[in-house]
Amino acid sequence: MIEMRGIGKTYRVRRREAGLGNAVRSLFSREYTEIPALRDMTFTIPDGQILGYIGPNGAGKSTTIKILSGILRPDCGTCTVNGLTPWTDRKRHVARLGVVFGQRSQLWWDVPVMESYLLLRDIYRVPEPEFRGNLDRLASLLDLGELLKTPARMLSLGQRMRCEIAAALLHSPQVLFLDEPTIGLDAVSKLQVRQFILEQNRLCGTTVLLTTHDMQDIDALCSRVLLIGKGQLLLDGSTEQIRQNAGENLSTEESVADLYRRFGI
Amino acid sequence: MRLYLKFFSIHFRSAMTYRASFFLSCLGHLLITTNVFLSVVFLLDRFTSVGGYTLPQLALCFAVILSAASLAECFGRGFDAFAKILSQAQFDRMMVRPRSLAFQVLCQDMKPTMLARLLQAVILLVWAVNSGAVAWTPAKALVLALMILCGAALFFGLFLIGAALCFFTMESLEVLNIFTNGPREYGKYPFGIYGRPVLLTLTFLVPLALVQHWPLQYLLGRGPAWYGVLPVVSLLFLIPCVLLWRLGVRHYRSTGS
Amino acid sequence: MKKYLSFFRMRLTAGLQYRAAALAGMSTQFVWGAMEILLYRAFWLEHPERFPMGMEALAAYIWLQQAFLTLFALWNWDFEVLESVKTGSVAYELLRPAGLYSMWMARALAGRLARAALRMVPVLLVSSLIPAPWGLRLQGSPAVFGLFLLSMVLMVLVVCAYSLLIYALTFYVTDPNGLMVLSVAAADLLGGAIVPLPFLPDGLRQAAALSPFGSMQNVPLRIFNGDIPLPEIPAVMGLQIFWILALVTAGYFLTRNGLRRAVILGG
Repeated sequence: MIEMRGIGKTYRVRRREAGLGNAVRSLFSREYTEIPALRDMTFTIPDGQILGYIGPNGAGKSTTIKILSGILRPDCGTCTVNGLTPWTDRKRHVARLGVVFGQRSQLWWDVPVMESYLLLRDIYRVPEPEFRGNLDRLASLLDLGELLKTPARMLSLGQRMRCEIAAALLHSPQVLFLDEPTIGLDAVSKLQVRQFILEQNRLCGTTVLLTTHDMQDIDALCSRVLLIGKGQLLLDGSTEQIRQNAGENLSTEESVADLYRRFGI
Repeated sequence: MRLYLKFFSIHFRSAMTYRASFFLSCLGHLLITTNVFLSVVFLLDRFTSVGGYTLPQLALCFAVILSAASLAECFGRGFDAFAKILSQAQFDRMMVRPRSLAFQVLCQDMKPTMLARLLQAVILLVWAVNSGAVAWTPAKALVLALMILCGAALFFGLFLIGAALCFFTMESLEVLNIFTNGPREYGKYPFGIYGRPVLLTLTFLVPLALVQHWPLQYLLGRGPAWYGVLPVVSLLFLIPCVLLWRLGVRHYRSTGS
Repeated sequence: MKKYLSFFRMRLTAGLQYRAAALAGMSTQFVWGAMEILLYRAFWLEHPERFPMGMEALAAYIWLQQAFLTLFALWNWDFEVLESVKTGSVAYELLRPAGLYSMWMARALAGRLARAALRMVPVLLVSSLIPAPWGLRLQGSPAVFGLFLLSMVLMVLVVCAYSLLIYALTFYVTDPNGLMVLSVAAADLLGGAIVPLPFLPDGLRQAAALSPFGSMQNVPLRIFNGDIPLPEIPAVMGLQIFWILALVTAGYFLTRNGLRRAVILGG
């Protein structure tokens, strides 16, 4: 279970005006602009749920993900993931967590994918039978086969994303964060990835937190959606509820765009 | 340790994917150091001695600094090139893996081409050791080993400072080159040659003279035996380095990128 | 001519944006120069009679070397040009209304001048404040200074023509890195970058002076500090001109022929 209570986070950005005079002045007195990234964020995700986390750029999505994965320490509030506080229990917490950043690879560029997997096995200290079991299952579900022998730099984007997702699941994490996993993928790869996420959730009960701008991802995968804007939770409900909220017979995409407009975000 | 070796083998194989450029880059490192050493040879050919040192004694000194620096650069490259790791957000990835951060940074980047330079340093060392510059005893051999290992640790500490500062500046500070690349270059002569202010700076501020100038006096029979222990004392320098690194990580976790 | 000037201006503005890097580079160069001088001081104090030039002349050599480092250094390659030759995209240069070789030359000159312009002033300024014999002092007569400036121009042309020759050879070899690595090493040793040529042993010293590398920083620096006496200056500058002509001719024809090959091969 993932629980966030009253989490707040404010970034302090040093303000620096152009010009030499101001550059000199900033040596002595520093002026900061406070940018609130999250305000009183509170929600609970039960085990085994697939949750869509949506909002416009700069709404605070990646700040939330960073706090949940222990990269960032919030200013206030409490947060537990399966009983552990991410930023104080980093190592124990991340051992049970899988993260896929859609735009960044965790595979080593110049060596075959399998080598990266073996290395991840050692990093996460996965026992050999468990590793073999996971690998076989992931390879058949994601159709990895020959890809395992290919260096990552030679893979297409879709192939690489499949390999990335498998890499994040080799240590059988209970929680999986997917940050824009379908960005830039062609139709076939998108369907493959979605199919797999559902499958993984059904078979292993993995809790999935998904951020995306692709509403078809949401339609296909998520039983529940959190909409955030300007660092605040605006809406928490199922996709049906979101559509009802917008009224009329709009698609999810149009409903969400309508909500963005209505909340002025 | 096993994991570290695996990482090393991956880096090595990655480098070998571009075999030609791997060997050329080795060749480049070799030629640069050869040139530097030749400059010492030529100057000594003209002047026969400097500061009371002869060529084999200087070669010993150069070999120590060169081995220490190449060891640190080969294995501590992750910290040396930390700005890159930070700017490509690889550090975030490390934070979501259940291993110590410093260990992961070490594993992230290595520079196997530096082994070529290490090999060169070893050859030079063997020549200098056999050239009769020093009347060797087991204690002196031990001091020599300490000079190299602690020297590598000091260079490593300097990388660590540079990396820690990256958390605050988000880019690498070229100025630190003065204390990393610099000593590797001008460490070819004992630091005492450069005069008292330089020697004092490198004794008390950045204690590289503790692994080079002072123990060398002991090896050459010009200083008391306790000079031979100084390389170990220099390791105290690592304490502020590690503290600064920790401070940097804490800063990063409270501000993000 | 105008397009080359605008190219230079572009390079300068681009360079100006990296003020922090330039500042760091300057302070590094300053410490480097100081350490170098302290080193020679040790030799000088021990055996002043074996010193081939005065301490003040040597200090001038080292400070000028640091100030104009980016102008002299052969390792200032233009990787964009190298990449374009390697990938064959250089063929698109034919679309431009300018000769490839002269275009490259303009790029090389502009790149070097822009970088040096940013860095030289502070180093020159600070080093001239250091007391004699460790600081930078104007040596010799105004006439010698004029000759120094002239040989600086020739020096930049030699360095650029040499780089261009390497770019041109890239048409013919698969990997120019080997040539580059060897050139840099040779230039460091024979060009007086690591040790001024007068400090080299007999034989090597004369050979180095005759090589193209000897016509690089070695000449202007030693004209400035008075190490090359006035009567010998025409000969060394003649040698500089000879190398410019030889390198430009070779580079020009290799480029023209190489470009033709690249076009035929289809890039």
